[in-house]
Amino acid sequence: MESRVQEPVKVWGLLAEFGDAAELIGAAEKVRDAGFTRWDSFSPFAVHGLDTAMGIRKTVLPKLVLAGGSLGCLTGFLLQWWTNAFDYPFLISGKPLFGWPAAVPIAFELTILFAAFAALFGMLGLNGLPRLHHPLFSSERFRRVTNDRFFIAIEADDPKYDAAETRALLESLGAAAVEEVRD
Amino acid sequence: MRTTDISIDRHELGELAPLLLKVAGISLLVGVAGIALMATIGGRGLDRILQSWLLGFVFFLSLSLGALFFVLLHHLTRAGWSVVVRRLAEGMAALFPLLALFALPIVLELPHLYHWAEPGAAAHDHVLAGKAVWLDPGFFAIRLGLYLLIWSVLGIYLYSRSLRQDETGDPRLTVTMEKRSAPGMLLFALAVNFCAFDLLMSLDPHWFSTIFGVYLFAGSVVVFFAVLPHLTHWLQHHRELLHSVTVEHFHDMGKMLFAFVVFWAYIAFSQYMLIWYGNLPEETEWFLRRQTGQWTWLSLALALGHFVIPFVLLLPRSTKRKIHRLLLVSAWMVMMHYLDLYWIVMPEFSPAKLPFDPTDLFVMLAMAGAYGMAWVFLLRRHSLIPTQDPRLAESLAFENA
Repeated sequence: MESRVQEPVKVWGLLAEFGDAAELIGAAEKVRDAGFTRWDSFSPFAVHGLDTAMGIRKTVLPKLVLAGGSLGCLTGFLLQWWTNAFDYPFLISGKPLFGWPAAVPIAFELTILFAAFAALFGMLGLNGLPRLHHPLFSSERFRRVTNDRFFIAIEADDPKYDAAETRALLESLGAAAVEEVRD
Repeated sequence: MRTTDISIDRHELGELAPLLLKVAGISLLVGVAGIALMATIGGRGLDRILQSWLLGFVFFLSLSLGALFFVLLHHLTRAGWSVVVRRLAEGMAALFPLLALFALPIVLELPHLYHWAEPGAAAHDHVLAGKAVWLDPGFFAIRLGLYLLIWSVLGIYLYSRSLRQDETGDPRLTVTMEKRSAPGMLLFALAVNFCAFDLLMSLDPHWFSTIFGVYLFAGSVVVFFAVLPHLTHWLQHHRELLHSVTVEHFHDMGKMLFAFVVFWAYIAFSQYMLIWYGNLPEETEWFLRRQTGQWTWLSLALALGHFVIPFVLLLPRSTKRKIHRLLLVSAWMVMMHYLDLYWIVMPEFSPAKLPFDPTDLFVMLAMAGAYGMAWVFLLRRHSLIPTQDPRLAESLAFENA
């Protein structure tokens, strides 16, 4: 007797293909209104109005950048005060031990450096990057997203997700094709 | 859904022009009457009136300089978003001949303002003797004339080419304007620098700061981007004009205002810190004067009001997109720019005391009236939007990411 071990198929979600940007926006509005939360749109170029159509909430990134910048500013001042005026007091050309104007350039540069770090790493973190692979890459159809096709993908993790109903919804939105993407 | 069809938007002053001319004319008359009153019954001498005059002149000069910079920059960078508001700036950038008129009393009565212009000033002053070639009344007048000529030619050229395009729709005009803007920007920058040295720095002829021209430039761009949203909004909401200018364009004006508020602080602090650090008497005297008596308070007010407060207020995206908030901050910045110029000019004449005087106000009223009349007069028969600009569609459809 031959025993075949069937690997359990894990469904990542559904991928729907659209012909142009207007169809994509129209479909995105419907998916948004249907209450999905774990889904995304894909397009070869930036589409104006897509953010609103998808109901994307404001990112917290600016707050991270502000926090990073403030921390950098504080670090800059504290570092100079600690090294020059406190830990090893050193008098330079008759200036006060801690002359704040002289400390501004370094505090300013650290503000920018920390804010830039917060912006870059915050962006990467919030986007879940870097990652080596994405289930969507296994779809042949999805390759045209960098050329002339538009897509909406709804993840199976979404609380509203139901294999049959979600497929029916996407088809009713005018998708040229809907396919199941496996993990 | 917003419209991107320019033909259904109203963008001409039309019957509004005579009304605006009347209001500006009244401002001019009230201003002139006020100055006359201050000179006679108020007993203000020519010195005091000329001090206010210089301040007012530099204020409106800086506004036009900011506008000219914006138009040059627009062409140099082939900007898309700013097409819908460019005509408003072109009008301001074409007003340098009027500003030359404003400069006349200053040139004619030079010794009342500039110590170095008094006969024999250099006789017992070896610093002035060394600078005698440059700080010469005749040469000063020629230089000031040259700066104003450069700006007039640039401003009127860009204004007239742009109007010509309204008629012919020729996209090659845009290409020529872009080409001419490169050497134009160079001449603009040189003239602004030397003008700041001559007009403002030489009020204290012993003092010198190589960054001083950039300081005036930074303030000029700030005041322009503070005035532009007000002008646009006023035309929109009180007169049903320019509805093609949307929140997206206001957002960008806010960003430019924010950027140049920060740039101003960067330059102001660079100037201050290098002088503080070097600690040389011939350099520190200028700041010492501004840290003495009541001037200390204005110095602190500027650090807070011209940088810290607008920086915090303009930082969030919402300030730039909620138009009434943006207007509030811009109005504040116009006032701060005036105080900044006050802080540059007045301590040279009134050590230790803030010399606020109604004369300052009347001069501003008179000049604002004349400036406003000239602006309306230039644009009264033309579209307030360059309707044939090849990048207009881009500007109309513009959205911030």
